[in-house]
Amino acid sequence: MGGIKADQDQAKAYSEMTKRVTPNAPLFKNIVLAFLVGGTICTIGQGVLNLFVAFGFSPEEAVTPTLGVMIALGVSLTAGGIYDEIGRFGGMGSALPITGFANSIAAPALEYKREGFVLGVGAKMFTVAGPVLVYGTITAIIVAALRWLLVGIS
Amino acid sequence: MDFLFAFLIGGLLCVAAQLVLELTSLTPAHVMVLFVSLGAVVSGLGLYQPLVDLGGAGATIPLPGFGHALVQGILKAISQEGALGLLTGGFTATAAGISVAILASWVAALLFDPKS
Repeated sequence: MGGIKADQDQAKAYSEMTKRVTPNAPLFKNIVLAFLVGGTICTIGQGVLNLFVAFGFSPEEAVTPTLGVMIALGVSLTAGGIYDEIGRFGGMGSALPITGFANSIAAPALEYKREGFVLGVGAKMFTVAGPVLVYGTITAIIVAALRWLLVGIS
Repeated sequence: MDFLFAFLIGGLLCVAAQLVLELTSLTPAHVMVLFVSLGAVVSGLGLYQPLVDLGGAGATIPLPGFGHALVQGILKAISQEGALGLLTGGFTATAAGISVAILASWVAALLFDPKS
C-alpha cells in the first residue's frame, strides 16, 4: 500500500513539475531556433549582398538583386523539399526572411498543381503572399501619405 | 563585422516574430502580415533605415524590410512624380522580387511535384 501511495505522490509531483516546466521549455527552444535559423539565412543574404557590391553595385543598389537571389534560393529549396524541413524547426526564423515569403508562394504552387495551372498553381500561389502584399501595400500607402503630408519629402 | 550584425539583427527580428507567434493565437501567416505592416510603419517614422545601416541584409531580408522597401519606394516616387507616386512607388520598388517569386514558383510547379 505504501508503495502505491508513494507512486501516486511521485506521479502527482511529476505532473506538477511537467506543468511548471513544459510551457517554458519549448518556448525557449523555439526562440533560440528562430534566432539561429533567421540569423543564418540573413548571414547568407549578407554574403550575396557583398558579392553584388564586389561586382560594382552600391550597397543600396545591391538590395534588390540580393532579394531576387534569396527568393530564387527559397523557391529552389522548396522545390527540393528542403525548406519545409527547415521550417519544421525554424519557426518564424524560416518564415520571416524573404526566403519564407518565397516558400509561401512556391509550396502551394507545387501542392495545388493537381488542380490545374490556372485555378491550382495560379490561384493558390497567393494564399499567404496575397495577404502579405494586400496589407503591406495598404499600410505603406497610408504611412507614406501621412509622412508626405506631415513631414514632407526630404 | 557586417556578417555578425546581419546575423544578430536578422536573428532578433525572427525572435520578435517567434515571440508573437508563441504568446498569441496568431498563425505564421498572420505574423508575416503583421511584420510587413510593422516594417512599413517603422520605416515611415524614419526608424527602419538606421536598422538597415547597422544590420545590412539582416534588416532587408526579413519581411519588415519588405514593408520598408514599399514605403521608401513610394516616398521616392512621390519626390519624382508627385501624388501619382503613392500608387506606383511601392510596386516599382518590389517588382523584381515579386516577379522572381512568381516566375520561379511557376517553373518549380511545372518541373517538380510536392515531396510530402
